[in-house]
Amino acid sequence: MAIESDVVVVGGGLAGATAALSAAREGAHVHLISANESTLRQASGLIDALGYPEPGPDVDGDGGASASGPLADPFAGIDDLPETHPYRVAGADALREGLALFDDAVGDLYRGGHTDRNALVATTSGRTKPTARYPRSMAPGVVSDERPMLLVGFEAATDFDAELAAERLSAAGVPFDVSGATIAFPGEYRADAAVTRLAHALERDEDAGNGRTTRQRLADRIRPHLGDAERVGIPAILGDAHVEEVRADLSERLDAAVFEVPTGPPSLPGIRLADRLFEALDEAGVSMTTGTPVVDFESTGGADGDRIDRVLIDRNGARIPYSAEQFVLATGGLVGKGLDSDRERATEAVFDCHVPQPDDRTDWSAEGAFADHAFARFGVDPDGTMRPLGRDGEPEYENLRAAGGVVGGADVAREKSASGVSLATGLVAGRTAAEEA
Amino acid sequence: MHDTHDTHDDCGCDGGDETEPPAAADGGAKIGGDAATDGGAVTEPPAGDGDDFEPVDVFEGSEMDLRPGADSCYKCTSCDTSCPVAEVDDSFPGPKFQGPEQWRLKRKEDTEIDDSITGCSNCMRCDGACPSDVPLSQMHNTARGEYVQNQQPKLSREYIRNRILANYGTLAGLGSKVPRLTNAIMGNSLVQTVNEKVLGITAERDFPEFADQTFRSWWKQRGGPKVQSEDKRIAYFHGDYANYNTVEVAKALVRVYEAFGYEILVPDQRCSGTPMFANGMLDDARRSARVNVENLGDAIEQGYDVVASCTSCSMALRQEYPELFDFEGTETVAANTYDALEYLLVHENVIDPIRAVDAADHDIPDFAYHAPCHSRNQGLDRQAVELFRHLDGVDVEDVGDSCSGISGTYGWKEEKYEYSMEIGEEMFEHMEHAEGQTGMTECPTCSMQMEHGTGYEIDHPLQVLEAALVDTDVEV
Repeated sequence: MAIESDVVVVGGGLAGATAALSAAREGAHVHLISANESTLRQASGLIDALGYPEPGPDVDGDGGASASGPLADPFAGIDDLPETHPYRVAGADALREGLALFDDAVGDLYRGGHTDRNALVATTSGRTKPTARYPRSMAPGVVSDERPMLLVGFEAATDFDAELAAERLSAAGVPFDVSGATIAFPGEYRADAAVTRLAHALERDEDAGNGRTTRQRLADRIRPHLGDAERVGIPAILGDAHVEEVRADLSERLDAAVFEVPTGPPSLPGIRLADRLFEALDEAGVSMTTGTPVVDFESTGGADGDRIDRVLIDRNGARIPYSAEQFVLATGGLVGKGLDSDRERATEAVFDCHVPQPDDRTDWSAEGAFADHAFARFGVDPDGTMRPLGRDGEPEYENLRAAGGVVGGADVAREKSASGVSLATGLVAGRTAAEEA
Repeated sequence: MHDTHDTHDDCGCDGGDETEPPAAADGGAKIGGDAATDGGAVTEPPAGDGDDFEPVDVFEGSEMDLRPGADSCYKCTSCDTSCPVAEVDDSFPGPKFQGPEQWRLKRKEDTEIDDSITGCSNCMRCDGACPSDVPLSQMHNTARGEYVQNQQPKLSREYIRNRILANYGTLAGLGSKVPRLTNAIMGNSLVQTVNEKVLGITAERDFPEFADQTFRSWWKQRGGPKVQSEDKRIAYFHGDYANYNTVEVAKALVRVYEAFGYEILVPDQRCSGTPMFANGMLDDARRSARVNVENLGDAIEQGYDVVASCTSCSMALRQEYPELFDFEGTETVAANTYDALEYLLVHENVIDPIRAVDAADHDIPDFAYHAPCHSRNQGLDRQAVELFRHLDGVDVEDVGDSCSGISGTYGWKEEKYEYSMEIGEEMFEHMEHAEGQTGMTECPTCSMQMEHGTGYEIDHPLQVLEAALVDTDVEV
């Protein structure tokens, strides 16, 4: 016996969640298995689609190929991508439908769905990042807005230097005045207090001493730095589920639009997104098992069989079988551990699917840290319904599909396309799996 | 990996003395403490090519080399944001400090374990939060064990109180011989006041009542198993609480499993060790674990799989035993132990019979369900809500992913009681907003906390299964 469902999705990040949701909406009973809590909890919360076009040759000689400026419209860049890019394989419509599925699932939590065009959002390092969707809490911070901006950092939160970020934004020629200020977070906390601790203090508006609440004192401390600023960016810790309430209150107190600046992990916008997608999955009737890696599988006809019967999760040494008609692999790339590598070769970690790669390991990387590295595009090689293909060009298994970072062909860090690739491939993999289940 | 035997005199175990390197002959009294270097100075690049590679024992003589785990930490602090104690107790530095950082600090000679380790409630939430598989709870358990062994005065109120709380089963064994008298004494407010003032056990909580008859005595009286089977056999690890207090949970397990045709064995057993780990009483835990591994190992050899009705018990057998001990058979027991509901869902068709039940015929109420942290860490947090979705007419609402706050013995400590209730606040609120006015959970102490915070009655999922499927018109 085994835990049974129509479709098993392996991996609980954005690609896995998208595949599970898209399969469930086709009527399949889906089981989502995740090795750890969703990696979305470490994500910035920005949903990029395609930020930079296919880079040209290295004209400035820094080892990195030169890309022109950010893309205004991610869809306009798809035709220029190589044929092996997941967007070319899945098609531009897959990205469009993936984004639509996302918009529907997250509802009012996000902005940007009204247009195909990218928004530019300021990051903690004072760069601007092109992104297709962004949390509503970040909306007043978009760079196309010309209102004067104040960035506020906290003394204890060393990963955001507000003055430096402001300087860099100015140097990049943003169309507004921007200044930075660093203040102490109101109240008595450990110097290394968890961001969730501070977020909850704001959400519950806890007493912060002197008979004043956390929000009151925070506004008091920001006000002297306000100057002409009409909007105020604060690291993304403005509450957990009730961020809009915190933002509205602070905005009123400061008479300026308060917004969140996306931060590194652990990330409140990422946690909010994970929670929202989890709710959508729950409502769609998706079953979920978290904290248990898939460590093995059984296929019809043994190890070389052409159909997967079941996967086995490891629960502290016990092997629990999950059987299904269709399987989706959404375990991530080299960072997410869906791909493994040693001194000889890179491999796909669960089913050992074929991963195209140069024979000579020295060809995996190029000179220069930000160059066009082969390893960045490592991953399985999918057909039009996202079935990983073997060395012979035939599907590895007739009922296995792949989505997200484990799919090769995209350099998502350079292109700023990680979320879009997950949405597009997740949508196709989940939907076609459900159709055949 | 070696175990953490402080001394082998009293445990009589055969746990690897002969195979241990001489430097470790004093056992784990200082877990990796005395032979530490200042971090990697002795590492030398391995000579030759890959085939000749031999790992270098950087911390020679240490009982448990957790360095690979510590080195996997890239300081994202996801663990700290998952920690229910750090959320309410600003004096607690959080799991990242208690794990990888504390571990590195104590590599230095003469560095003691920071006493903030006693603030950890051992909910183990950090294990699930870590994206890099750092064995945080293992590090906490070893650090806490070392702290209690070497630094906590044995005549201190904390030590005596914690020893009493950790060895609940021993006391329960005595108390349950005269359950009514014990219940009367422990329920006396004067006794509760004395407990708080003298021992530091909070007077805010009502001591759990002892059942008139223990589960083991009931089992014996009924003549053991009523079903015989060659191929469907489980060995039931009931733990102390279902034996002395919530015997209805243990009886429900027996009735449900027999309804599905299982032959049940109730092996001799001791406390799983959960409260001992949480209080750093590793000697006590080791003595218990040794008996359990031996007896459960024997049952496994006879074709039984081990099932537990308490998710902290299954967590101890599956994860903490292999992480901390290496008796012969420890890994086998871990690999063949299951949660009771989990096992049933893997091996039997439970869903179809549940679908055939009309709750109104069985007087089954709506529930507010709380997933215990130790169930969540095993990936079992969704199984009850997902199963009972199929139970027509019953609303089972998950009250969220917060910790209940009691964490076994943590919430019984006078100085932790307020924190415990503050942690539990979110769960209490969600319970009150849920449709159901009855609670449901797998963990006996979460159950106590749920009842304490809301006044609701609390059931175990096995009791709901019993009401739905045992001696009803439903075919299983």
